[in-house]
Order: sequence, then structure tokens, then C-alpha cells
Amino acid sequence: MKSMTPYAPRARFVSIPSLETVAAWLLAIIWIFPLLYAFWAAFHPSEFMVNFELFAPLTLENFANAWSQAPFARYYLNTFALVTGVVIGQFVVCTLAAFAFARFPIPGKNVLFMLVLIQLFVFPEVLIVENYRIASELGLINTITGIGLPYVASALGIFLLRQTFKTIPRELEDAARIEGCNWLEILWKVYVPLAKPTYLAYGLVSISHHWNNFIWPLVVTNSVESRPLTVGLGVFSAPETGVNWATVSAATLLSIAPLLVAFLLFQRQFVQSFLRAGIR
Amino acid sequence: MSLTAYHKMQLYGALLLLPAAVLLTTFAYLPTITTVINSLFLPGFRGAPTEFVGLENYQVLFDDPTFWKVARNNLIYAVGTIPTSIALALCMALFVNGKLRGRGVVRMAYFTPTILPMIAAANIWMFFYAPQIGLFNQLLGILGFSGVNWLGDPSVALGSVIAMSVWKEAGFFMIFYLAALQSMPPELKEASDLEGTSRWSFFWRITFPLLMPTTLFVLINALINAVRVVDHLFILTKGGPNNATNLLLYYVYENAFSFFDGTTAATITVVILLVLAVVATLKFTILDRRTHYQ
Repeated sequence: MKSMTPYAPRARFVSIPSLETVAAWLLAIIWIFPLLYAFWAAFHPSEFMVNFELFAPLTLENFANAWSQAPFARYYLNTFALVTGVVIGQFVVCTLAAFAFARFPIPGKNVLFMLVLIQLFVFPEVLIVENYRIASELGLINTITGIGLPYVASALGIFLLRQTFKTIPRELEDAARIEGCNWLEILWKVYVPLAKPTYLAYGLVSISHHWNNFIWPLVVTNSVESRPLTVGLGVFSAPETGVNWATVSAATLLSIAPLLVAFLLFQRQFVQSFLRAGIR
Repeated sequence: MSLTAYHKMQLYGALLLLPAAVLLTTFAYLPTITTVINSLFLPGFRGAPTEFVGLENYQVLFDDPTFWKVARNNLIYAVGTIPTSIALALCMALFVNGKLRGRGVVRMAYFTPTILPMIAAANIWMFFYAPQIGLFNQLLGILGFSGVNWLGDPSVALGSVIAMSVWKEAGFFMIFYLAALQSMPPELKEASDLEGTSRWSFFWRITFPLLMPTTLFVLINALINAVRVVDHLFILTKGGPNNATNLLLYYVYENAFSFFDGTTAATITVVILLVLAVVATLKFTILDRRTHYQ
């Protein structure tokens, strides 16, 4: 609506930008500068790290170095497996629980729901010591399941889906029941399709969270076979390893690239998702 | 005995809840309870049974100056990051909400740091902060100033960590302000224009009060993040120099996985849980009541 209105036609001559415009742009430049700098450092030989020559030679060597010095292919694979697994698990578990909270007469439902909401504040990484012990008792140390499982029953997912399910009119459910659907069919054919925007929003938030998650994966993994990208990057670029800086910035870009590209392509969906998941 | 339809529904609902209940019990409730229990016991030496010591572990913790230093750091970190990032987020939202050339690009610039992993952000900022080759010191050198040890000087290090967190966080809060600004009825602005209200007083008397629920929401999130997110410390400072940048959760990590002192780790975790409980109470009382005005 408002954003579609073209600029006022009376700007015939070049107008001096207002103080506000200058401030807005200045802030934008400061804000994007670190990322641009990482690009600069990654695509130039290391002697140009602080030497900004417009025509400095471009190179991909830093990426080649990073790729050969650490098993990034494996890290990618682990992160993909982790994110996929977590999101699928969350969708299933949270859908079932949200359906129960939205439609079934469970005794003490409100108390139970409040208990679930506690997890909005008490995350697996806060309970890192005990969760580590539990994960090792379950034999989950150094497995991708171990990284993901504590996050599968997500309070946020249950909450968002319950809110959505509650807005779906009962008449649709009754109609499906007359058609002979049982509960699971009703869930699958009526509730899930109508909650698609919620799944998309929650899915995107969850993907970005688990792509970026660090401390729990760091604790629960100890080898290349299970480390996700963030932990791999952390191990690779720890200052004491003395890796060349241009290589570190290439490695950093490598690990953020898929998410960054996805974000740039689907900016609106990402922002909408964060909003939807945030404003409850 | 045949079940009534109502009981069947109850049973069915319970079954639907079961997977989530099992997982939440395993990874949230049980660990919370065992953490509290562990904080009340001392492990026995050489296989001896654990010994109940009541609140003695807390006594020891509160007598430990390092704990107070870390707790104080976390408080400074919260006070340093939260108001600044909220104020910046509000400015950003106001900028991007107005008529601005290249609004899409500006908005993207503000928001992009949000989707980076904290680890990647820390790596990038390391290029700025590093003592000799870091960009900040190179620039200072060009201007003829001597360099600052951004992460190595105990009096500067926490500030450097705070600056990075503000950069990472402000864009995220911006989107909530932006959404709130866009849902504001334009009649308010039109009416105030008719009255000849200045933009300044329009902001302070209309916009800012109407944004209060958003500010509270953002504040809660920022408080949680101030306790929860310590990833950048692993790259930037490792809590040093001499604990000058250590935060509570990182201190838990150190105690558990570097010093192998599970009891102290559990005791600090309980302190963190208490802080989170306060934040949760704040959310469920103030915020959930206030948002009805929206």
C-alpha cells in the first residue's frame, strides 16, 4: 500500500538529502560494512587485508585453502542432516501436541500448557551440564541425533501451531468427520493444510536457529563425523590455531553462504517468519 | 467396561501429547530438577556416596570473587547491549518506515547481521579487533594514534564484546518496531499534522507510547539473549583477559568442561535459572497484560 506510492513528482531538481536520509544511509553503511569487509578479505590475497586498492587482484585461493584445510564438505552434510532432522521432528511432535492442546479435553490442560511454555525460557543450552549427562546415558554423544533431539519438542512450535489450530472453525472438522475421517485424517487433511503459513514461518525460524546454533553442538560433538558447520568453523578459526586470516574469512563466508543466499532471495518470507514467530 | 466417547477423547489427547511430554521431560524438566539437586550435594571422593550439604555450595559460590565478577560482567553486558540496541532498532525502524531513497537496501543492511551465526559474526569482528593486523588499529595508526588492545585490555574488552552484540541484535529488534509502526493508523499522523504538532512531540507523545508493548516484548527477548548467547566469547576472548569478559553461561561451560567441577556448574546454572524465572514472570504478568491494548 504505502510503500507502493512513487516519489512525489515535485522533486524536479536534485534535492539535498535530508539529515535523516544521511543518518539512515550512514547507519546502513556501518551495519553492512563488516560483512562487506569479510567479502573483501575472502576474495583478495592476504596482503590486501587492510590495503583497500580498488583494482587489487581477485582470487579464489582462500576458499580453496579453507576447503582443503578443514572437512567443510562433511560439515555441510552434517548441518543439512541436522537441520532437516530437527525441522521434521519438530513438525511431527509439535503438530501432535498442538492438536491435543487445541482440541482435546485433557485434564489439567492449562497447567500442562504453562509447563510447556517454560521451555521458552529454559533452553537445552542453559541446562548444558545435565543435558550432556543425559545425552551420554542415551548414547547420543557425538551423534547428529544428540545435537537435535533436545530441540524437537519445541515450546515455540507447540505454541504457534496451537494458536493457529484454535482459529480453524470447528465446522470444517465436523464436515470431515461426516465424510468419515478419523482424528488423524482430520488433522492431516483439515488442520495441517490450513496451518501452512505457520509451518513456513516456524520452519524458517527453526532452520536459521539450528544452522547457527553453537554451544550445545560444540559440547555434544567431538569429531568431524558429527560436527555441524558452526562448530567446524569455530574449531577451524579459533585464534590460537594461527590460520591465515584471509582463509578464515573465506571459511566464514563458506559456512554462512547457503543461509545468506536463501535470506537474500526470500527476504520477505524470512522477515515475516521472524515476526510471526515473535509476536504471539 | 466400555469407555465413553469423552474418555476416549481424553485418552487420544494424552497419546498425542506423549512424544512431546517424553522429550520435554528428558531434556527440560528432569535436567532442571537434577541441576537443583546437584547444587545441594557434594560428590563423594573415590566412589564415596554424595553428601548432602544444603546451601553450602551457594555459600562457596557467593564467597568466590570470580563469580561476582562474572555476574557483574553479565549485568554490565545486559545494560550495555539492551538499551543501545533497542534505541538503535527504533531509529532504524523509523528511518525505514519513512520516505527514504533505497529503503529496501537500507532495511536489508540493518537486518542482515541477524541471520549470521554468532560464531561467524565473531570471526568477522576479530578482523577489526585484532591487536596488530586488526582494521581498527590500522586505521588508528593511519590517523597517528597508538592502537588499543580491543580484546586484551581488561578495561576495554567487555565494551568490544558489547559493541559486537549490539551490531548483531539491533536489526532483529527493528523488524518488530517496523511491523508495529506499519500497523499504526495513519489518521493519527494526519490529525497531528492538522494540529501542527512537531514531529518530535508527535514521536514522544504518540508513537513512542503506542510502541510500548513492542518495546516490552523486545526487552524480554533482549534479556533472555543477554543470558543465553555466549557463542561469540569462544572466538573473541574465551572469557578473558582474567575473566574481564566472562559471562554466566560461559562460566558454567568452563566449570563443567574445563575445570570438571560439575557442582559449581550446577550451582551457577540454578542462578541463571532464577534470572530466567524473573524474566518469565515479567513476560507473563506485564507483557501479556499490556499487549491487549494493541
